[in-house]
Amino acid sequence: MSDNRKLIKIATAGSVDDGKSTLIGRLLYDTRSLTNDKLEAIERNSKQKGFDYLDFSLATDGLVAEREQGITIDVAHIYFSTENTNYIIADTPGHVEYTRNMVTGASTSQVAIILVDARKGVIEQTYRHFFINNLLRVNHVVVAINKMDLVDFDEDTYLKIKGDFEALIEKSNYNFEQVTFIPVSALKGDNIAGKSENMPWYLGNTLLDHLEVLEPQDLVENTAARFAVQYVIRPKTDKYHDFRGFSGKLQGGPLAVGDEVTVLPSFTKTSIKSIHFFDQTYEVAQPGSSVTITLENEVNVSRGDMLVKSTELPRSEKELSAILCQVNQTPLQVGSKLILQHGVNSVLAKVQSIEHLIQTDFSGEIPAERLQLNDIGKVNFKLSKPIHYDPYTENRDNGSFILIDEGSLDTVSVGFIQ
Amino acid sequence: MSNILIPNPKEAESIHIIREVAAQFERPVLLFSGGKDSITLVRLAQKAFYPARIPFPLLHVDTDHNFPETIVFRDQLVEELGLELIVRKVQDSIDQGKVREEKGKYSSRNTLQTTTLLDAIEEFKFDACIGGARRDEEKARAKERIFSVRDDFGQWDEKNQRPELFDMLNGRIHQGQNVRVFPISNWTELDVWEYIKTENIRIPSLYFAHKREVFFRDGMIWTANEHVYREPHEEVLEETVRFRTVGDMTCTAAVLSTADTLDSVVEEIKSSTISERGARIDDKRSEAAMENRKKVGYF
Repeated sequence: MSDNRKLIKIATAGSVDDGKSTLIGRLLYDTRSLTNDKLEAIERNSKQKGFDYLDFSLATDGLVAEREQGITIDVAHIYFSTENTNYIIADTPGHVEYTRNMVTGASTSQVAIILVDARKGVIEQTYRHFFINNLLRVNHVVVAINKMDLVDFDEDTYLKIKGDFEALIEKSNYNFEQVTFIPVSALKGDNIAGKSENMPWYLGNTLLDHLEVLEPQDLVENTAARFAVQYVIRPKTDKYHDFRGFSGKLQGGPLAVGDEVTVLPSFTKTSIKSIHFFDQTYEVAQPGSSVTITLENEVNVSRGDMLVKSTELPRSEKELSAILCQVNQTPLQVGSKLILQHGVNSVLAKVQSIEHLIQTDFSGEIPAERLQLNDIGKVNFKLSKPIHYDPYTENRDNGSFILIDEGSLDTVSVGFIQ
Repeated sequence: MSNILIPNPKEAESIHIIREVAAQFERPVLLFSGGKDSITLVRLAQKAFYPARIPFPLLHVDTDHNFPETIVFRDQLVEELGLELIVRKVQDSIDQGKVREEKGKYSSRNTLQTTTLLDAIEEFKFDACIGGARRDEEKARAKERIFSVRDDFGQWDEKNQRPELFDMLNGRIHQGQNVRVFPISNWTELDVWEYIKTENIRIPSLYFAHKREVFFRDGMIWTANEHVYREPHEEVLEETVRFRTVGDMTCTAAVLSTADTLDSVVEEIKSSTISERGARIDDKRSEAAMENRKKVGYF
């Protein structure tokens, strides 16, 4: 496809009333992504509610319950694009009890926008939002210090908040280059797409300009190639009688024809014979490609198996330790048996021990017997079969898993392997 | 020769999802309307399994109020690609007394489709229905999951959805449940059009400017046809129009347009100031129209 625009996935985080929906509405408005009928609906609704300004938050708050309560209660996805970039925003709510949604939004994002209300400064909520982005290793963080119009666009207020936040960065795994501070007024449009005339002291980019100049290396990590087999393709037609292709989505790094690969879990060695995408063949596939690969030797490969370069083997373990976030009402306790889904592969897992809960405000650990909804904790597992993983700190895709309750079949936790 | 595959991230994601459906479910089906989104899905499914055939059938829930062009197109596509097509008719649900035909000015078989669809799911024991809905279409759809679990009544419980983390899809369901799958969730209308253009995908002629007998009502352009209720004072005119979205005749309005090539259609979409579903009569019923229909199993 000729669409060469880069794709940036963004997660937003902010407390209730920090103006998150307004910020997104403003981005849509300033990039002319709101169509006339949507704009008219916003004008009509704003008028009905008696506002003397346009309530952009109405552009994103989708469900009836939300419109009634005036809050966002789930993850909503919003799309807009500029000349050079396609954007997807996962709008996640900022309540204490919705850690789950923030983790969900951050798991698919490369950039996080954390909103801070200039009048309130860095509060406990801000700690939590930053903690989750730090835990999930979202590649780049923008701290949007919002409602600057309500503090007379005061530079000292901005600097104070920036200083407070920088103290937080020191406690995290981020380095200072990965975090950018921008003073904005989402309601009035200052430093969103257009440069603010009210803050001449701010010399940096507007929010949109900043996102536009982010480079791929700011967004994606380069790791070892991991190819998890989703589906075995056997056409059984005359033309492709002996064709046995392994299809999946390549992650981490490129694979090329001729590469020596090891098939896991059998540890059989072979090499890549061909790489197919639709009716074309390629010498090299870049990470992110959904391709079909054939191998030189007849080896037994089925769904859930993984192809890796023989020089870059992942870890293969039956016991592992992970940071877990509980995303379901069902609590997790020692002895719990669950289905562990790692990529497209599933094994059974048993909780051996819970080491502790981790407080999401950077204040340390506390002992615990179980993990309740929205808790984050360190847990040790025993598995029915080994999985082939990388630590989450080295590889987001191959270092994460979900846990599924065998009874309800719901996704109950997400794990980050240590 | 060193040719390197650089992925289109949205296409790669959709193919990943479609392969997960084939791997995780026993009886998947692709819901085909003859519109551009479901045509795009067919291309993505072709790519996902090539050189093998698409390993699931297509299901068309036919209101009998479709544009004839859509049906001709559907049959050609199925023939060309050697696909299996199942057609179930809303008329049969009406004849069986399961649903009652709407009457009057805004009557449509659009909401009646739900019953026919749920019956077909039961008849064929489909456990996954792949659809072309996109999150950018409508506010309630912005919250839809990629794998959306429905109960026996096809109901969507939007407050109790499974979180979807990273690209891991959990399609495990209980007996009687089924999953609606939306592989192009993250595509915008423009993404679809640009994809159709670069992939050179054939689409029904309705999407291009043509002369048509129409009438104007509520600021929208309606097709003048025996299936569409018209008041005596609503005058029929011939206009040059095209369709941006193709449902059946009773719920899809045309737009005035001279865009008669893919290039000019893409240009028109880029500069358009009316959203796609702005031409969907079915959404105009109320602010929560889509959400209410989804709760009871509408697509």
